[in-house]
Amino acid sequence: MELLKAEHLSFQYENPDELPIPVLGDVSLTVAQGDFVAVLGHNGSGKSTLAKHFNAMLLPTGGSVWVGEWNTADEEHVYDVRRTVGMVLQNPDNQLVSTIVEEDVAFGPENLGVEPSEIACRVNEALKLVDMLPYRDHAAHKLSGGQKQRVAIAGVLAMHPDCLVLDEPTAMLDPKGRREVMDTIRRLNRERGMTVVLITHYMEEAAEADRVVVMDDGAIIMDGTPREVFAQVERLRSVQLDVPQPTELCHQLRLAGVPLPADVLTVEDAVEALAAVWEGTV
Amino acid sequence: MLTDITIGQFFPGSSPLHRMDPRVKLVVIFAYIVLIFIPHNWWGLLLCVAYLLAGVLLSGLPFRLIFRSIKPILPLIVITTLLNVFYISGGQTLVQWQFIHITTGGVGNAVFIAVRIVALIIGSSLLTYTTSPTTLTDALERLMSPLNLLHVNVHEISMMMTIALRFIPTLIEETDKIMSAQKTRGADLESGGLVQRVKALVPVLIPLFVSAFRRACDLATAMECRCYRGGEGRTRMKQLHMRRSDFVFLGSAVVLCAALITLNILLPSSLI
Repeated sequence: MELLKAEHLSFQYENPDELPIPVLGDVSLTVAQGDFVAVLGHNGSGKSTLAKHFNAMLLPTGGSVWVGEWNTADEEHVYDVRRTVGMVLQNPDNQLVSTIVEEDVAFGPENLGVEPSEIACRVNEALKLVDMLPYRDHAAHKLSGGQKQRVAIAGVLAMHPDCLVLDEPTAMLDPKGRREVMDTIRRLNRERGMTVVLITHYMEEAAEADRVVVMDDGAIIMDGTPREVFAQVERLRSVQLDVPQPTELCHQLRLAGVPLPADVLTVEDAVEALAAVWEGTV
Repeated sequence: MLTDITIGQFFPGSSPLHRMDPRVKLVVIFAYIVLIFIPHNWWGLLLCVAYLLAGVLLSGLPFRLIFRSIKPILPLIVITTLLNVFYISGGQTLVQWQFIHITTGGVGNAVFIAVRIVALIIGSSLLTYTTSPTTLTDALERLMSPLNLLHVNVHEISMMMTIALRFIPTLIEETDKIMSAQKTRGADLESGGLVQRVKALVPVLIPLFVSAFRRACDLATAMECRCYRGGEGRTRMKQLHMRRSDFVFLGSAVVLCAALITLNILLPSSLI
């Protein structure tokens, strides 16, 4: 079943005095329930703008965006849309509202008018899902970046969304925090069937998704499994994107004449492929 | 350094003072701050101090922490004490040397007022130490709810306070960072006269303001993403309930007030 659907979506920023600035042009994309989609693109490719359309933070200037059966332009359902599509932003510091972890997680359900006893249950459950339960009465500003970002994810989960849209959630974190957040996201997708749309510019993160969508200049230029997408090394280069290191290594070797497959993605893949070549030559 | 500031800090715990209804706590501590100015004799003051001490013990917080709250206002205490010692005369003369004239009355007054200020500060920090900012603003919102009739948006005021308290530590940390960054670029923040020092702060304040606005913008987006739409139809995770202990606490404040007034009537004033 499709959960998110953008139909011929275009968007431009109004620019008084001058021509409007186009950001998205004719983007069509559907995301099915339970999918883990990574959206890749360099700065200014329109990937964050696309993300903001999925929870009605921005409304299309052309085409339409659907969340389940709701059109995001329909004002009546704007909070249904935002509750269904939980959004996590880049800076972990700037999205926590309350000083204490559990009170921050409660903020979403409180806004939705959920019963107090039910809120307490949801807060517990959400903190457990991101492995932050022991920190429930800690001060939010004293946590590490990765922990803060997990609290932010819990704050969204407490609204019981069907889908998480994460806008570069790891961009401001150290490697450890990045790992924590990625593990949490992947676990939510695998174990809970949570639909995930991950906006990122880290290739390694995109490689963990089931599907990769590459954007450039406000349009989708590639869409497929990580293997399919990363096999096209030159094409990715042309839109200023890198490929994961193992893919890069095998690509270089292939150019040098070593017979390697094009769809190498992980270190394990690379080891296997190289071992096969080694056995073939000896 | 800057991170030593304890204003608005909360130390989680489960002491009787932590579990008290925040509305009661707010009212009692506010009343205490007024009551501390009632006594005019040593017995009354002693009673006030004893009441505060009971509060400190009930809070289960270490004394070290309590004393730390006095540190920032230490200069104020010292100045008022000195002024009182030198300028108020009465009772026996202790020191008489040229223009300096110290009397028992002056010293008495100085001690009396210093104790008042210290009690006042400790009392108010007990409130913030034992109440989480959200609960505190929640209590304020409910206590001020009659103002809604006057078309004052109480919810918005309390939300602003919550956010302000949340961002104090973040902005303090940021100030520290900006100061270091400017120092590495050769900014001199620690020498020169007052005017020069204030001028030297400009390159710290401007980036701080810019970043505060950026944070505000991000936060507004995050709040909208989490379905914030003002106070209407909003529920609270933590419901406030008055328990028996809360009534006891309220009663104790009333008793304190009555006792202080009685003492004032019965005993002569120790102040000049």
